[in-house]
Amino acid sequence: MNLFDYVRPASVAEAVAAASAPGAAYLAGGTNLLDLMKAGTHRPARLVDITRLPGLDAIEVLPDGAIRIGALVTNADLARDPAFVAAAPAVAEALLSGASPQLRNAATVGGNVMQRTRCAYFYDPDSACNRREPGAGCDAHGGDTRGQAVLGWSEACIATHPSDFCVPLVALDAVVEIAGADGAREVALEAFHNLPGDDPANETVLRPGELITAIRLPAEAARFKAHARYLKLRERTSYAFALVSAAASLAIEDGAIVEARLALGAVAAKPWRARAAEPHLVGVSVTAAGFEEVARRAAEAALQEARPSGDNARKIELAMRVATRALVLAAAGSPARMPALPGSVFAPVPTLTAAGDVHG
Amino acid sequence: MADIIPTPTGHVRLGSNAGQPLTRRDGVLKVTGAATYAADNRPDGLAYAVFAHSSVARGRVTSLDVDAAKVHPGVIEVITPANRPPLGRDPDGKAHMFSWRTEALQNDTVRYAGQPIALVVAETLEAATEGARLLAPRYAAEPARIGFDAGEAYDPPAVGIGSPPNFAKGDVEAGFAAADQVTETRIETPLQYHNALEPHAIVAAWDGDRLTVDVPSQAIAMARNDFAAYFEVPPENVTLRSPFIGGGFGSKAILNGPQLLCVLAARMVGRPVKLAVTRQQMFGHLGHRGATRQHLRLGVDGEGHLTALEHNAISTTSSFDDFLEPAANASHNLYATPALKTHHTGVRVDTGTPGPMRAPGEASGSAGLECAMDEAAAALGLDPLEFRLRNYSETDPASGKPFSSKALRECYAEGASRFGWAGRPLAPRQMRDEAGCLVGWGVGTAMFPAPMFQAKARATLARDGTGLMEIAAVEMGQGALTALAQIAADGLGLDGDKVELRAGSSELPDGGIAGGSGHTATAGSAIFAAGSDAVRKLAELATRDEASPLFGAGNAGVVGRAGRLHRADDERRSEAYGDILQRAGLSHIEGEGAGARDPADAAEYAMFSHGAVFAEVKVDPDLYQIRVSRLVGAFAAGRIINPRLAKSQLTGGMIWGISFALHEDAIHDPRTGRPMNADFAGYHVPVNADAPSVEAFLVEEVDRHVNALGIKGVGEIGVTGSAGAIANAVWHATGVRPNRFPIRIEALLH
Ligand SMILES: Cc1cc2nc3c(=O)[nH]c(=O)nc-3n(C[C@H](O)[C@H](O)[C@H](O)COP(=O)(O)OP(=O)(O)OC[C@H]3O[C@@H](n4cnc5c(N)ncnc54)[C@H](O)[C@@H]3O)c2cc1C
Ligand code: SF4
Repeated sequence: MNLFDYVRPASVAEAVAAASAPGAAYLAGGTNLLDLMKAGTHRPARLVDITRLPGLDAIEVLPDGAIRIGALVTNADLARDPAFVAAAPAVAEALLSGASPQLRNAATVGGNVMQRTRCAYFYDPDSACNRREPGAGCDAHGGDTRGQAVLGWSEACIATHPSDFCVPLVALDAVVEIAGADGAREVALEAFHNLPGDDPANETVLRPGELITAIRLPAEAARFKAHARYLKLRERTSYAFALVSAAASLAIEDGAIVEARLALGAVAAKPWRARAAEPHLVGVSVTAAGFEEVARRAAEAALQEARPSGDNARKIELAMRVATRALVLAAAGSPARMPALPGSVFAPVPTLTAAGDVHG
Repeated sequence: MADIIPTPTGHVRLGSNAGQPLTRRDGVLKVTGAATYAADNRPDGLAYAVFAHSSVARGRVTSLDVDAAKVHPGVIEVITPANRPPLGRDPDGKAHMFSWRTEALQNDTVRYAGQPIALVVAETLEAATEGARLLAPRYAAEPARIGFDAGEAYDPPAVGIGSPPNFAKGDVEAGFAAADQVTETRIETPLQYHNALEPHAIVAAWDGDRLTVDVPSQAIAMARNDFAAYFEVPPENVTLRSPFIGGGFGSKAILNGPQLLCVLAARMVGRPVKLAVTRQQMFGHLGHRGATRQHLRLGVDGEGHLTALEHNAISTTSSFDDFLEPAANASHNLYATPALKTHHTGVRVDTGTPGPMRAPGEASGSAGLECAMDEAAAALGLDPLEFRLRNYSETDPASGKPFSSKALRECYAEGASRFGWAGRPLAPRQMRDEAGCLVGWGVGTAMFPAPMFQAKARATLARDGTGLMEIAAVEMGQGALTALAQIAADGLGLDGDKVELRAGSSELPDGGIAGGSGHTATAGSAIFAAGSDAVRKLAELATRDEASPLFGAGNAGVVGRAGRLHRADDERRSEAYGDILQRAGLSHIEGEGAGARDPADAAEYAMFSHGAVFAEVKVDPDLYQIRVSRLVGAFAAGRIINPRLAKSQLTGGMIWGISFALHEDAIHDPRTGRPMNADFAGYHVPVNADAPSVEAFLVEEVDRHVNALGIKGVGEIGVTGSAGAIANAVWHATGVRPNRFPIRIEALLH
C-alpha cells in the first residue's frame, strides 16, 4: 500500500475542501476502497475519513413524506429500520441480499452507491483497463465475460455496476443529494452513474471533492410498497454478487396496475431503469391468467437493446426471466415478513402452478 | 522402518475413551484466540517479508527496480536471484517423493503467474508490501499456455504420487462388443486451489546455526529434515513448531520456495522474519488440484452388469514438474467388471504445479465415475442405486484381493433409508416442491483408500498418576489432538483428563504425515503401542514385587484401567500406577511405540473406506439456480475413535462436494495465465445457506486387518461420491447432464 495522508474533517465543508485536492478519496466503511488499495487498483494520495462527520447517519421522514437516508447510514441499519422496511420493502430486500452481515455492518449507503465495478480486469493492476487508466485499453474483451454487461456498454468498457441497493432505488426514482464547493445540489440516481461511452473512467456525475450527503426516496415511492420485490440470481445462495437481478414495483388499484417500475442489476455500468418495459404493464390485471406472459413481454422490451459483450449471450435470456419473475413476485405482493433468504430464488414464495399463475 | 513393534494389546483396552463423542480438547483455546498459529508468533526484533510475484505466466524477469524498493522507508533488504545466497539443495531437484520443484530465486525464469520473483524484508508489513510493489518488474514474456487445448500433451511417467498412469485388466474391447449397451460420459473438472482458512505463513529465527521455524506443516519431521538439508545444518539443529494448522488439505504437506526465502532472509538480516502470504498469493505457488477432462465408457449387459469399464483422464500439470490428478484411478477399486482400463494423459500448462488436494484423483475421478454410472443406469431404465448394487464388488476389481472390510452394502441401505430414496421416479423432471421448484435425487458411492504411514510415539507414566504422550502429530482442524488423546488415554489405561498429549513439534517423536486420511490410524497406532508398552513395563514391576497385590499375577494377567492395574482374574486386586512407581523408587516409566501397516496384511488385502451419498437438489424451473436442499451420507470407516469429530470431517467433506459440484472454479485468463478470481469474493466456496441440511451417519464396521486398532480414515472420503450425487440429482431434476464442474446456471438454461 502506498503512503497517503489521512484526514478526518469535522464538517461537510471541511470534507469537501479536503477532498478537492487531486488524488483524494473519501473513506466511508472502507469495504470497497481498502480492498482496492490493497490490490493496488486505487492508490489515493489522501484519505478523507468521513465516518465521524455529524448529521449524515439519520433516516428521516421529511414533511412531504419523502425519506432521506444519510450517506453514513450503514447498509445493515437501513435494512433493519422498521419504518424504512415498511415503506420500501424491496430496497431492504436488495440490501439484505448483498454481501455478508459483517460487510453490511460496515458498508454505508454512500459507499454502496459509489462502489466500483467488480470487473476482474479493473481489479488487476496488471491488466489494461480504460476505467482505471484512460486510454489503456480493455483486457476484459476476450477474457471471462460472464459477469460483463449486456446493456449500455461500449467498446471502451463492458463492465457492470454491481450494487443491489441501487436497483430498487433507481426503480423508485431515488435522488442523490450532493454537497460540493459550490454548495448543495441533487441528481436523480438514474442520471448519477454514467454509461462508459468513450470515457469509462468518468463513472459518475460527481465533480472533484463532491460528497454524497444523502439518498432521498420521494414520497411517491410509498405507492409501491405493497407490491415490490427484488430478485437476485447467482449460484451461491448468499454472499455473492448478482449474475443478474431485477427490482419490480407495482402500484395496483382495483386489481390493475396503474404504474409499474422495473430496474435491472448487473447488466450495465449503472443500475438499469428499464423504462421501455413499464408501459407494457400499465392497465394489466395482476390476477388475470396470463399475467406472466405480459410480464415476459415487458421483460423482453426491457432487454430489447441488449447485446452480448462477449461470451455472455445467455445473460440476456436470464435477465428477461429474472425480470419476468420479479414482476410476477411483485404482483403477488410484498411478503409480510422479510424472507429468510432475501432476494433469493429460494425465498419462500407464493405458490406458482405449472402455468405460472399466482395464488395468494 | 524395518522393526515394526507389534501393537501389544494385552494390558490395555481400546474403548473407554476411544469411541466417545468428546468435544475438542482445544475448543476453548480456539474460540478464545489462545491457540497460536504460525503467523501469531512475534519474536523480538521481528522483520516482515513480502514476496513480489510474477504477473506473466511464461518468460523471464528482465528488470527489478531494487533501488526504488531499497530507498522506501522501512525496507531492510531485497533478495533477488542476483544476491540470493546459496542453498544446500537445488529447489529444482526432487530429493524425495514429496519434493516439488519450487521457486527460491534460483534464476530469472518465470513459469507461471503468481510465481515468487523477489523478496522484500522491512520493518513493517506495509513497508515490505510497498517495497515489493516498487520493484516494478519487467519481463520478456511469452504467450501463456492455459487450458487443455493450449498446453502440450504428453504421456506421464506416473500420476498422483508415484502411481502408474495406465492400467488394464481383461479385454475392454471384447467387453464393449459383448455389451447390450455402451454409454459414454464426458466431464471436465476445473482447477481448484486449496485455500485453507489460514493462509500459509512462516516465522523463521536463527540462533547461531540453530533454526526455529513456526510454520504450519502436515509433515513435521519431513519438513524439518528438508529445512536442514536446504540450510546445511544437522536436522537436530532445526526446531519446527506447528501446534495448530488452520486447514491444510494437502497444501501444507509440501515445502515451498518462499518458506526457504524467509529462512534465508532471517539469516541475511540477522533477525527473525515473518512471511505470511496474502489470500491472492494462495493462488500460485502453493499447489492446486489440476483440471481434468474425463471420458468414460461403460459396457453393460442385459442384466445390468458391467462388461467393461474404461476411464480416461487428461490432467493438467505445470510446464516444469509432474503431478497429475489421478482421476481415472477412481475406477480401479469400486465396481465389479471383468474388463477395466484406465489411462492418463498429461497436459503441460503455465500454472504452478498441482499437488494433492483433499481426495486427489478420488474427488475428480469419483465425480466422473458416478456421473457415468448414473448415465448407464438411466439408459438401462434401472434405479441408479440398484445399478450400483448389481455391480457391487466382493473383491477389489483391480487386484482381485479381498477387502479387509467393506460395509458398503450397509451404507447404501442405511443411507437410502435415512434419505427416503424408495419410490424415486426413474425419469427426470418428475418431482416438484410446494414452491414449484424442480426436485431431483441422486446417489454417488464414496470410497477412499485406508493407507498408513509410519509414526513413533513416546509415553510416560508419572508417579502422580498422570500420563504424557509425545508425538509430532498434526492438529489441522480435523481434531487430531482430541482423537489421539483418546487413544493415548486408553493406551495408558488412564482417564482422559489425566493425559497430556504433546504434539506439533519436531522435538517430539516423528508422528508421520497427516495426509491420505491415514493420520489417526498411523499416529494412533504408535500412541496406543507406546502407551501399552509403558503399562507393560509397569506390570512387570508390579507382578514381580512381593509387596504388590498383583504379585504373581504374571505379566499377562493384569490390565490397566483408570490409573490402576487390576488382576485380570480378580477385579478386587488392584494397585494405583503411582504406588507401583513409588515403591520401585521411580518418578516415572517410559514406553515407546510405532505405527505402520503390517506388510503381510498389506499384501493380502485391499483396504478402503466406503460410503453412499444421497443428494436432493432443488432447481428453479426457469432460472436454473440450484440448491442442494439435502445431502445424506452413510459411511463405513472401520473403528471410529470420536464419532463427533468423524461426522464433522465427513460433513465437511460432503460440503466440499457441494463446493466441487457448484462453486469452486479458478479462472485463469487465457492470454496472461493470471488467476482472475484470486480471492474469496471471486473464488466461491459454499456458505451456510448452500448447505442447509448435510448429515453424515456412521455405519458399524470391524476391520481386523488395517491395523490392530481397526482404524481406517474419514478425512477425505466425504468429498467423493458427493459431487457425483449432486450432479446426478441435477440431472434428475432437470433432465440435463452436466458436462462440466462446477455446474453453472447457463449450462442448464434451455
Ligand atoms: C466480498 C464482498 C462482497 C460484496 N457483495 C456485494 C453484493 O452482493 N451486493 C452489493 O451491492 N455489494 C456488495 N459488496 C459491496 C459493498 O456493498 C460495498 O463495498 C459497500 O457498499 C461500500 O460501502 P463503504 O461504506 O464500505 O464504502 P468505501 O469502501 O468506504 O467507499 C467506496 C467508494 O465510495 C466512495 N465514497 C464513500 N462514501 C462516499 C460519499 N458519501 N460520497 C462520495 N463518495 C463516497 C469512496 O471514496 C470509495 O471510492 C460486496 C463487497 C465485498 C467486499
Ligand atoms: S470492462 Fe471496463 S472496467 Fe473492465 S477492464 Fe475493460 S475498461 Fe476496465
